[in-house]
Amino acid sequence: MNTLTSLMDGFGTALTPLNLLWAALGVLLGTAIGVLPGIGPAMAVALLLPVTYGLEPTGAFIMFAGIYYGAMFGGSTTSILLNTPGESAAVVAAMEGNPMAKSGRGAQALAAAAVGHFAGGMIGTMLLVALAPTVAGLAVDIGAPDYFALMVLAFIAVTSVLGSSRIRGMASLLIGLTIGLVGLDRMTGQQRLTFGSLQLADGIDVVIVAVGLFAIGEALWVAAHLRRRPPDPIPVGRPWLGRADLRRTWKSWARGPFIGFPFGAVPAGGAEIPTFLSYVTEKRLSKHRDEWGKGAIEGVAGPESAASASAAGTLVSMLTLGLPTTAVAAVMLAAFQQYGIQPGPLLFEREPDLVWGLIASLFVGMVLLLALNLPLAPVWAKLLRIPRPYLYAGILFFAAVGAYAVGGEVIDLVLLLIIGLVGFGMRRYGLPVLPAVIGVILGPAAEQQLRRALQISDGSVAGLADTPFSVTVYAVVVLLLGWPLVRRVLPRRGART
Amino acid sequence: MTTPTTDPGAAGPGAGAGEPAAGRRSWLREHSELGVCVLLSALGVLLLTDALTMDVDIAQRGPVGPRTVPVVVGGGLLVAAALLAADVLRGGRGRAETGEDVDLSEPADWRTVLLLTGVFLGAAVLIEPLGFPVAGALLFWGAAFALGSRRPDRDPLIAAVVSFVTYAVFDNLLGVPLPGGPLMGVL
Repeated sequence: MNTLTSLMDGFGTALTPLNLLWAALGVLLGTAIGVLPGIGPAMAVALLLPVTYGLEPTGAFIMFAGIYYGAMFGGSTTSILLNTPGESAAVVAAMEGNPMAKSGRGAQALAAAAVGHFAGGMIGTMLLVALAPTVAGLAVDIGAPDYFALMVLAFIAVTSVLGSSRIRGMASLLIGLTIGLVGLDRMTGQQRLTFGSLQLADGIDVVIVAVGLFAIGEALWVAAHLRRRPPDPIPVGRPWLGRADLRRTWKSWARGPFIGFPFGAVPAGGAEIPTFLSYVTEKRLSKHRDEWGKGAIEGVAGPESAASASAAGTLVSMLTLGLPTTAVAAVMLAAFQQYGIQPGPLLFEREPDLVWGLIASLFVGMVLLLALNLPLAPVWAKLLRIPRPYLYAGILFFAAVGAYAVGGEVIDLVLLLIIGLVGFGMRRYGLPVLPAVIGVILGPAAEQQLRRALQISDGSVAGLADTPFSVTVYAVVVLLLGWPLVRRVLPRRGART
Repeated sequence: MTTPTTDPGAAGPGAGAGEPAAGRRSWLREHSELGVCVLLSALGVLLLTDALTMDVDIAQRGPVGPRTVPVVVGGGLLVAAALLAADVLRGGRGRAETGEDVDLSEPADWRTVLLLTGVFLGAAVLIEPLGFPVAGALLFWGAAFALGSRRPDRDPLIAAVVSFVTYAVFDNLLGVPLPGGPLMGVL
């Protein structure tokens, strides 16, 4: 098909002055909030959701694209300059980035990370352009049993691949599914778990669940264990790279996306595994083995590029199948639902302006990210010194704004607090938050597809696996359940090299 | 943001070392994660009760009614609770999340959490009578106070500026309406 024409139209949408402004604003807000310690990309996107309530969908998603990439880059800055990696994708960045910063090469580490994000995002988005229309085209004909199989796959993927304790992941997923059940049954209008309350009959808004679990839960958890003396960030100048550094890093930047993108694109994605794999690969290929652990620049460049490309990859399954596999993709899907738009194979046909505008603005956002963040890095580094009481008071404040703006009801604030307390308990006992959010978002849709599929097959369970597609997906599910055996081998290989 | 990790077997020696004098309380403290199992099973029972007391005869269309999925999820919660309990009793522990500003070496500071909860609830109650700018400023100031900021000259000022600017930006620029309250009526 004429993908290139559509993409050009997309650029036409993305490059209007107003949309360009939203993209730039998104990149700036996303980076600023992502740099703040304790705030990862998912919380950044969740907290910034209300900012877009008044916008029309295209502008809102163009802004989201900026926020997403900005927040990811901001997270790497934090882990390089503070050595306390928060979100999982940034763990690897700290392994070489922080030693570099300590030995006075912080500017180079930040530059390697920034260009790595740029390269990974660019190549990843190109792969997205090449792949997404094809996937959407293939998926147009799939029916209810296939959708249900895909959702089962997403549930299994987030509980058993991404976390480290399956039973805790499963418990978290079930909590999410329970929250998703509250309200009127979509097919019969039967009240479930509403206890006669009119407000609960509408169900609990996904935004409230996401903000409660990510923002309130996190703020309360940190408040209970607040470090008396926050870690001192390492001061840094304007990022730049010398010729010798460039010669060492360009191959790492180019390799990263091809490790990151595939992991992001399959519905069992996430950035943990690809960043780690990229780290191991770069270490093995490096000509400067002695520098590893003391600040090898390839160890920042490769994984950062892989992380950014995997973020682009997650958009493939999010946009074409409506399956989120990372926390950020989950929150973005919630945002789509706010506008009454259902991502899936038909999205490319029904909302071409929106999709291609969004994809084009990923390219635009990437350029803005590089252009804005290299000169602004010293300013971002100053944000790390924000007094912690103000930081976490601010998180609570903006979470309240977001929840109240959903419907202007006080009960939403109370629900937000309750869900936040659940999030607090989950953090205390090591239950991962992501499966719960995925459960809330996908649970109701999965139930509908299940019931539709069983209606077609007249109640026969065999009707759930009667297409080649669904059989394939269930085969992948079985493979995933065997994945821990493979995974157990991976860190050992990393330790040996 | 924080990373969840679990560490099966981390608390192994304490659980099986055999210290009868340590008593039941320390055993319970060691196994406080069992509380999660209790909550999970309570949620499961709640869900099952709600599903089974549903009156579905009139509403049922097709082979699967509104009751099936809640029953499956409720049953799943009970199974998960049992499996988690088994894991905890064998010495598995869900490891608390770490993060940039998290210091796990000291016990949890419950006073701060309770204060924050109270401040948040207070703000929720006040948002309609007082309007968003005032309630939001009180929320920010109260939360900063609970988190240990003691600058009576600076804190209320920052809180007021943050809240009023947010109100103005959302209400005027972004088109997201928030209640102004009596104060905005006077201004």
